[in-house]
Amino acid sequence: MPELLSVRNLRIEATAYPPGEAPRDVTLVEGVSFDLEKGRVLGLIGESGAGKSTIGLAALAYGRGGVRITGGEVLLNGADILKLGRNGVREIRGSKVCYVAQSAAAAFNPALRLGEQVIEATLQHGIMSRAEAEERAIYLFRVLGLPDPETFGRRFPHQVSGGQLQRAMTAMALCPNPELIVFDEPTTALDVTTQIDVLAAIKHAIEQTKTAALYITHDLAVVAQVSDDIMVLRQGRTVEYGSVRQIIEAPRAEYTRALVNVRKRNREQAAEQSGSLLKVENVSARYPNGLNVLHDISLHVPEGQTLAIVGESGSGKSTLARVITGLLPPSEGHITFAGQPLTPALRNRSKDELRRIQLIHQMADTAMNPRQTVREIIGRPLTFYFGLRGAAKDARIRELLDQIEMGGGFMDRYPAELSGGQKQRVAIARALAAKPELILCDEPTSALDPLVAQGILDLLVRLQEETAVSYVFITHDIDIVRAIADSVAVMHQGRVVRSGPRSKVLSPPFDDYTDLLLKSVPEMEVGWLERVLETRRMESVGH
Amino acid sequence: MNLRQAPLSAWIGMAGVALALICAVFAPWIAPYGEGEIVGDIWLPMGGDYWLGTDNLGRDLLSRMIYGARTTILVSLTATVLSFAIGMFLSFMAVVRGGGVDQALSRLNDLMMAVPTLIFALVVLAVLPQETWILILVMAVLDSTRVFRIGRAVALDVAVMDFVEAARLRGEGKLWIVFREILPNTLSTLLAEFGLRFAFAILFLSTLSFLGLGIQPPTADWGGMVKDNKEGIIFGVSASLIPGAAIALLAICINLVVDWLMKRTSSIKGGRDDA
Repeated sequence: MPELLSVRNLRIEATAYPPGEAPRDVTLVEGVSFDLEKGRVLGLIGESGAGKSTIGLAALAYGRGGVRITGGEVLLNGADILKLGRNGVREIRGSKVCYVAQSAAAAFNPALRLGEQVIEATLQHGIMSRAEAEERAIYLFRVLGLPDPETFGRRFPHQVSGGQLQRAMTAMALCPNPELIVFDEPTTALDVTTQIDVLAAIKHAIEQTKTAALYITHDLAVVAQVSDDIMVLRQGRTVEYGSVRQIIEAPRAEYTRALVNVRKRNREQAAEQSGSLLKVENVSARYPNGLNVLHDISLHVPEGQTLAIVGESGSGKSTLARVITGLLPPSEGHITFAGQPLTPALRNRSKDELRRIQLIHQMADTAMNPRQTVREIIGRPLTFYFGLRGAAKDARIRELLDQIEMGGGFMDRYPAELSGGQKQRVAIARALAAKPELILCDEPTSALDPLVAQGILDLLVRLQEETAVSYVFITHDIDIVRAIADSVAVMHQGRVVRSGPRSKVLSPPFDDYTDLLLKSVPEMEVGWLERVLETRRMESVGH
Repeated sequence: MNLRQAPLSAWIGMAGVALALICAVFAPWIAPYGEGEIVGDIWLPMGGDYWLGTDNLGRDLLSRMIYGARTTILVSLTATVLSFAIGMFLSFMAVVRGGGVDQALSRLNDLMMAVPTLIFALVVLAVLPQETWILILVMAVLDSTRVFRIGRAVALDVAVMDFVEAARLRGEGKLWIVFREILPNTLSTLLAEFGLRFAFAILFLSTLSFLGLGIQPPTADWGGMVKDNKEGIIFGVSASLIPGAAIALLAICINLVVDWLMKRTSSIKGGRDDA
């Protein structure tokens, strides 16, 4: 079969403007080549900054602001689309090549009905009449398993869920009957249980319409389910390019091996549950507007060990952390900390109570004042809680920086001068500076690339061994639970549906929700999706 | 703040501001003639004994410009600084305290803004005794409503950030949160606003003088001088353009300095990478 899309020696550059220096050109992508046949899916995988989205957009002959395609060829049906010129490119975009963006919520116009937006490009290109396009949209809604396909298009974007919106966007891309679709991380922003629906829908739709696709993601387990081939990228260069089976089962490059193995960590669970450091008993909480978000929560955190709280977005797991910190005092129930009742409201807590419980935020970017240096950020709790000043304070900051494996050279840097992983490490050091007994970690790794996240988890585990601090680790990722937790609590719609030692929670017999959650986590295995779909009744996907 | 790294534009701005300040401070020693002294015929052209000519009453224009700098800068600058002090304090208070305090202050502010500034000023100044400090105070209070609006908006954006929550969780007091966490992150917006509001203050003062409720004659101020000499324009006399140009130049100079300060403070890398 002849190639539909053929990329030859692609080279993409951008101009960087370092302040105070002359502008210079940086190469984002170099020497990338691949072929894609009709009806096949190529996965592009890599960390942020690997150039995968840039390559995906090059298939539409498009470069984001300031990005230039400076070399190579992008052949679509044998013709180089880079040489088409402005009008020629406009002909193929949205008709022959379509794009599905990462955040569907941001990509839809909130003021227009979904149906109108789904068929817009098709009508614009005059591919079908309005009646035909509407009919095709309904067909696609059905293929993608959206509820009430006939009337779905009459809804506005805010009236459907995130997963449905992502599928509507896929319908938009499929509507003009394109030859190629570029999926740019379509499931990254979704919960695992939603992700599996969307993945299944996308896979089914690709099979039905025989469209070729580029699938961009940072999650190897996801790409293994939908792709035929995989290209692993790093810093704009191809690391490895092969079939899914070869990449997953016999990776050749060192970097690919690290990516494949990153999710397979498994920490030894503590032999015994130690005494409780934190005890939450029958706690309910509601927001000031009267909305009940937590119902009758009871759990305990063993001393020097880790409790993982797992659940989807909206399950109330972050709210529970807010209740423990006192930002949202419980409406019922009480919390005991180290044998003493914990003051419910933050403003009534003593300095010592505040010191003993620390929080690590999800986004290190916003959790640190951008106008303070690392020295000020880590130094403040030292001065505030222990009255350290001058040389003693500097020595302690240096010690903390060594503990997080960064070193004293970072003292006078601002957060903007640190990488994502380093920022999260500084946030950990700030928490450690207070010598806490309990650290609440609110998804501290979810915004990081997998290898960087692994480093943070290893650091947290090592710090626990050294300082015997307890963690409450909030996450939606079962793999992280396996890597760090001693005990687990599963939350769903504001209730704890299952809790106990990890080995017990993660082994059968399961309750319905835990079963669904565990089965929805993609495994790095070819054919996993099909197997799960067979055993699982897909409510929203009409198979 | 490293002066040696300042760009040329900042130096020009600083030179201009310095010149105006020197004129203001040392007016009696610099000015060749007295403030209200009538030295010759009216609207004499430039040159000769009177470098900038004379005004509508035959007073030396240069001397009046120098004395005018004193009044104009004193009143406008003090009023602007005061309005920022009041506006920022109240707006940050509103944000940090929230709830009822925020509502009360914001609605009071709306009430003040509902009345046109000029009319408000005219009514108040007509009732109160005509003294400079009252003029400054009235200008400051009226202008602080604008500062409050902006201060509250930028502080609200910062106050919901995680690092402010982190400070609250640490147990920091309200003052620490306002001055160490919120203020540094709102400074660049407020500085930009300062440059603008100062120029407005000069214009506002001129308007008030024009209407007879600002600076009282024979005291010179640049806005009043534009008014005094405006008839001259018809006869091709440039006497009213000179104070006008001085107002424009001072506003530009101040904004050049502010731009530089803003670039320093808006850099989140401590200005290290800036030229």
